[in-house]
Amino acid sequence: MTSSFDLRRGRLRCARLALCAALAGLLGLPAHADDSKTLRIITWADYVPAELISKFKQETGIQVQVTLSNNEEIISKLRATGGAGFDLAQPSQDRIVGAQQEFRIYRPFDLSKVKMEQFVPGLLDTIRKNATLDGKLYGLPYVWGTEGLVYNSKKTSIADYRDLCRPELRGRSAVRLKRPTLMAFALALGTNPFALYNDTKAYTALMEKVGQTLIACKPNFRFFYDNKDQLLNGMRSGEVYAAMMWDSGGWALNRENPDIKFINPRSGAVAWMDTFAMPARGRNEAGVYAWINFVMRPENAAKVGKSIGNFTAAKGADELMDPRLRQQFNETFPEGLKNIKWYPAIPPGLEEIEGGVMDRVKAAN
Amino acid sequence: MSATASASSAPADLEARAVSKRFGAHLAVDNLSFAVARGSFFSILGPSGCGKTTLLRMIAGFIQPDGGSIAIGGRDMAGVGPNRRPVNMVFQQLALFPMMSVSENVAFGLARRGMARAERVRKAEAMLERVGLAGAGGKRTDELSGGQRQRVAIARSMVLEPTLLLLDEPLGALDLKLREHMKLELKQLQASFGTTFVYITHDQSEALVLSDHVGVMNHGHFEQLGTPQQLYYAPATPFVAGFVGNNNRVAGKALALEGALVQVGTAAGWSVRARAHGTIAVGSAVEAFIRPESAMLGRSAADFPPGQLAYTGEVLSLLFDGANSVVLLRELQSGQELRIALPQTGAYADLKVGDRIHFGFDPERAICFPAAAAHA
Amino acid sequence: MPELARAAWSRRLLLALLLAPALLWLSLLIVLPHLDLALLSFRERIAPRQFVPSLAQYRTFFTEPLYWHVFLRTALMSAGATALTLLVAFPIAWTIAKLARGRMSALLFVVCLIPFWVSETVRTLGWMILLRESGVLPQLLVHLGITAQPVELLYHDATILVGLVYTSLLFMVVPLVGSLESLDNALIEAAYDLGAKGGAILREIVIPHAAPGITAGCIVVFMLTLGNYLTPTLLGGKNSLWFTEQIYNQFITRFNWEQGAAFGFLLLALSTAMVWFGLKASGQRFSDVMRRT
Repeated sequence: MTSSFDLRRGRLRCARLALCAALAGLLGLPAHADDSKTLRIITWADYVPAELISKFKQETGIQVQVTLSNNEEIISKLRATGGAGFDLAQPSQDRIVGAQQEFRIYRPFDLSKVKMEQFVPGLLDTIRKNATLDGKLYGLPYVWGTEGLVYNSKKTSIADYRDLCRPELRGRSAVRLKRPTLMAFALALGTNPFALYNDTKAYTALMEKVGQTLIACKPNFRFFYDNKDQLLNGMRSGEVYAAMMWDSGGWALNRENPDIKFINPRSGAVAWMDTFAMPARGRNEAGVYAWINFVMRPENAAKVGKSIGNFTAAKGADELMDPRLRQQFNETFPEGLKNIKWYPAIPPGLEEIEGGVMDRVKAAN
Repeated sequence: MSATASASSAPADLEARAVSKRFGAHLAVDNLSFAVARGSFFSILGPSGCGKTTLLRMIAGFIQPDGGSIAIGGRDMAGVGPNRRPVNMVFQQLALFPMMSVSENVAFGLARRGMARAERVRKAEAMLERVGLAGAGGKRTDELSGGQRQRVAIARSMVLEPTLLLLDEPLGALDLKLREHMKLELKQLQASFGTTFVYITHDQSEALVLSDHVGVMNHGHFEQLGTPQQLYYAPATPFVAGFVGNNNRVAGKALALEGALVQVGTAAGWSVRARAHGTIAVGSAVEAFIRPESAMLGRSAADFPPGQLAYTGEVLSLLFDGANSVVLLRELQSGQELRIALPQTGAYADLKVGDRIHFGFDPERAICFPAAAAHA
Repeated sequence: MPELARAAWSRRLLLALLLAPALLWLSLLIVLPHLDLALLSFRERIAPRQFVPSLAQYRTFFTEPLYWHVFLRTALMSAGATALTLLVAFPIAWTIAKLARGRMSALLFVVCLIPFWVSETVRTLGWMILLRESGVLPQLLVHLGITAQPVELLYHDATILVGLVYTSLLFMVVPLVGSLESLDNALIEAAYDLGAKGGAILREIVIPHAAPGITAGCIVVFMLTLGNYLTPTLLGGKNSLWFTEQIYNQFITRFNWEQGAAFGFLLLALSTAMVWFGLKASGQRFSDVMRRT
């Protein structure tokens, strides 16, 4: 046997070893850290302040890992893995039941492990109504807010959603091409879309009408924004005069520039609530309960509220928050929560109807 | 240096006057003037790097001379692009267009002149027939043999009826046998077309066989311009003597002058006589050249004419090559090595390495240059 | 003899091991997901978690004008972007392959490579900062007195095209340089010598020679453009209407994987058809072209 052949055999042995190692990697032979020491949360930007992550780690030794996302992505990602990959998700309260019926991505809470007394009772009632399936509760309230209108009073003045379509705002208004916009315009057209949730035919007709309105309005929209910052920049630079906006963003702009106002539209702001929900195949259930009980303590929840710019569902937290924010809230909603529309849970199938409408709006010229 | 390639009265198809070209510090073509008579075959012969390619590309129009002028067919070519000169070129690697058929290659130039398609095809076919490739028009160029490709390249140029055909070492890529064959063919083609050919090569045998006139080029200028016979039998410089044909070079000192003959002595003490070229002073350094075929072999000193010096040598090796066979000898006293042609009679067929043999040559057929005159 | 057999056997094993990563990668990450998608695209949801085999997804595509409108638009815009990229890339490739020497040609390559030093997102956001109404370029235009007021340069089809060309340039330049470098300069000189002018040389010599490279570049750029998501959506804004966006929407915001899968396969069919058509039209063979990429 020649020496070069020996060499080749040596290389062969190396290659064989490497292949075994690669296969072991592919088969996912477990090598990750202790599950009880990490908590993986999929949530929105600003929802988990860094300060609380380190405080929680000190108290419990659990390291929180945050993945930023939005309602649709949360559902899509959990659907793709069958509910694995995250221990805790924070979808909006109306997006839990439908997704659960369709994709089975969540598991219910064991309420005996949650300190229920830390939650504002009225918000708990809302979520019980919207996130209960087969007698089990799949969501707990976290933070809530509204979506209304923001405008630059130096440039224009508006009072309702359809004012965004006024001719003088051509190319100067903006909305998201997402379902809240459809809901808002339906309200502005004088029909409560939520009342038609279970009447597919009437709902389809309403959505078609909303679609027509938005198509007619399209020249007015400078863009359909995908994230908060895009709109904030547009408002700050003066490219956009008026837009649909979350209250937190509107108030933030108002603090920077008093000419920019955030208002409750005549048809009513739509109110959202984001929640805690447990993915079906999370690996650290104990950590989830520990986190919920930790973060809903008033002093911690106040930090969350400050970080997001919205009020939380924690009892006693509002009092600890910035008085300026409370003042802004009162300016926007002088009548309190009277003219606010809460989203009910979406029955499966509606999103497809809305999707078709939005596609046509997008395609229209 | 100025020269005319032809003594005849035919008008010049190519005339270069004081042409120079410099690349940075390197003077590629140095103040060169010459003329090529209509209908002649003119070769530029020189080692690689002598400037012959630069000269050719200036004639073709791919590069502009720094100084001097080039006239083709009596017309000055300054500012005339290659596509508008009455000159065509056969490239070193032939540069046939691989994306076209043989016929399309030949018709390419005609198409550029706006000739109608039918006319082009007819002319291309006629030209292919003329170079012996009738019926090959539909083939792809890579289906042809080396010699056929050569003929396509010539046909492609000749169909345009140029005043001047430039050939850039077109035989270089061929194997020896084919090269010998193509030499003949080129000569015949040139004779039948009657077009003026300007041919560059580093192969002296190609130049000698093909040309009416040859310019031997070295360091950007012509060492000598003349007929092949003049170059061979009457080299004007040691460079020409060494470059054109085989030669034995003997370097030494002029020991004495005997009329037209010089007696040359080498450092090792060998002494020969040769015809003097130019003025040679006794004691000056000289180079003598003795052609292998001008020396004779003899079994004894008595075989040589009276008065001619005869030497004794030992056979170092025998280089048998049919009619071109030579023997490599070492002169016994000085150790000087010489190549001497073996007579074609086969008289010395029994010669073996180590044999001793006598040799001598006619001093009139050896030539002696002053050594300092290398770059006259 | 057994020695020889063993040598042959281990050589074969070595070959298998060398190819193993590629084969694993191909089968696990390309073939299997596509099979899964194919199955998905041929079913229809009739109730939560209940599906039946169906052609409904494909029917939707053909009955909903919006979808095939966007599909066609994406195809045409991609073809346009490919043609533009070719026009822009050709002089660059020519300079690199034929004119520039050493450092200069390396520098030109780097210039084409620069867009890839930052991620596509950052690059596209950079374009947005540059082109938006309050951005650098509109301000400059006002400053120079070319426009009276800042103009919005974003959200136009032309902006999408510019962005796509910019992103694709390198993928056209590389195969072009390869095929132009292999073009013997003597062929160009010969054509010139035979009386051709620049246009004729380009048409008769350069383009036929570079055809495999041109085809390869066009195929790659067309596929990249067709499958691009970020550039058209960000630069096109409310009017982007790119087909990949439709696929993303179906998968992510509609949770309609079946429709998304069908759209994905239609896009695959489109790019396959265009490649086939491109090869036919340019008279190239797939294997020749792939060697150029």
